[in-house]
Amino acid sequence: MIWASVVIQGVLLGAVYALFACGLSLMFGVMRIINLAHGDIAVIGSYLVWVVATRAHVSPFVALVAVLPVMLVVGYALHVALIGRSLRGGPLVPLLTTFGLAIVIQNALQQVFSPDVRSLGSAAGAIATASWRISDALAISWFGILVLAVAVLVLGGLDLFLRRTGLGREMRATAQDPDAAQLVGIDARAVYARATAIAVATAALAGAFLAIRSTFEPSSGPTQLIFAFEAVVIGGFGSLWGTLFGGIVLGIAQTIGGHIDPQYSILAGHLVFLVVLASPRGRQLAARSTAT
Amino acid sequence: MTGDASPVGRARRADPVRPTLLSVDGLDAHHGLLHAVRGVSLAIAEGDKLALVGANGAGKTTLLRTLAGAHPASRGTIRFDGVDVTALPAHRRVALGIALVPEGRRLFPDMTVAENLMVAGRHRRPGPWTLDSVLDAFPLLRPLRHRRCAALSGGEQQATAIGRALMTNPRLILLDEVSLGLAPLAVDAVYESLARLIATGATVVLVEQDLGRGLGIADRVVCLLEGRVVLEGAAAELTRERVTEAYFGLGR
Repeated sequence: MIWASVVIQGVLLGAVYALFACGLSLMFGVMRIINLAHGDIAVIGSYLVWVVATRAHVSPFVALVAVLPVMLVVGYALHVALIGRSLRGGPLVPLLTTFGLAIVIQNALQQVFSPDVRSLGSAAGAIATASWRISDALAISWFGILVLAVAVLVLGGLDLFLRRTGLGREMRATAQDPDAAQLVGIDARAVYARATAIAVATAALAGAFLAIRSTFEPSSGPTQLIFAFEAVVIGGFGSLWGTLFGGIVLGIAQTIGGHIDPQYSILAGHLVFLVVLASPRGRQLAARSTAT
Repeated sequence: MTGDASPVGRARRADPVRPTLLSVDGLDAHHGLLHAVRGVSLAIAEGDKLALVGANGAGKTTLLRTLAGAHPASRGTIRFDGVDVTALPAHRRVALGIALVPEGRRLFPDMTVAENLMVAGRHRRPGPWTLDSVLDAFPLLRPLRHRRCAALSGGEQQATAIGRALMTNPRLILLDEVSLGLAPLAVDAVYESLARLIATGATVVLVEQDLGRGLGIADRVVCLLEGRVVLEGAAAELTRERVTEAYFGLGR
């Protein structure tokens, strides 16, 4: 029973990682770039939700509803101002640009909010702490289930969006051949900006959930970026359902490692990541070239 | 202002009865240091079928891509229906009615035939071409419409590529090497559907290495050599020998 509990907690933890990884996976799938500021953008989301929740005295969930549309606009603007321009400089420039952006964000957050560690857990009320007690060894937290449901909805919904809608088809077409996409009337730059907007909004969502689930500080971003990156690689680059699967595998690896000895938690995740990289599939990753 | 009265002479001899759809004036385009298109001037009237011939590396593909907006012009102007489009990006020119069927077909490989067509139809101009009418025009595509494009044969892919361009309801269709890499039977099928398209009065610029094919379908011929127009005239007035001479740069 204790192992069942470990695996279930791993699935719930993995759902958070999958949400973090969703935007990273989307941006890589559509533009072939890795946004190194992804984790820090998520932490901006945590802070924005914290600001709205404390200033307006509302639940973090209500604050999140207000923050998400703002982050969509921020993402679009970020693309137009920064990422789109750096894309024209070749594949290496966006990597450097987003690396610089990550540093700027971390220092700006430090300046504005101080390096204090915060959490939205208490502000979220009962849902953050309540759980179903199934047996002495097994309890499932409401919040964990909520995050899992949101992760499935976001990743599944995005997958459906890409497959079934006109805008989604434009995104896939642009991902597969931006030059040919322009020749059939698609504004590739606008498509890229939309992808970045979605990625930034999902990152903010993940950041808010992280803030409710545990703690955050200005320097929380890079750790989340690493977990998100591992989830994307484990699940196979550019596939959204794969990303959900990768996040869950990473979560289970961490909880199993942590159950054996708390200090092995993170290490176990890294080991699974390394095993996937060394496997034949990992070697194919570089050759993968499609969005969905 | 590039003055329609510019004295470029023979290269601007459009049919006076039909209005000029595309006029190109002193167009230059570069590939890095390579000067691929040099001072090309052309006028294409509504309903023209122009064959652009020339040897490998003569600048045909670069010229077509520059007309479609997929390659930047380094000098000169391109006017489409009176509007200067030289600085417009490709997707804006599609909205005005220029469609390019690119060399190598360039379908979206992981999307189905229907998805390739629908994605091009999203910003379509008003006109006769819809998913249904394209599938009617290319009956071979109807049973394949849910197949991934990467899994199609070359001829099927070429039909999809032409259908995809039609989905935007273009006023001018630029076709780049539609027979390249296809089996002879598939080439026949592609040209059969082109002949039907041309019978509807479409305005077409066709790049073709196969002189016989190009001359068979066109009413005007422009021959490029090293980026320059070296021969231009009505297809009926030009002998194969004259075109061949210009093609290889003989007799200069």
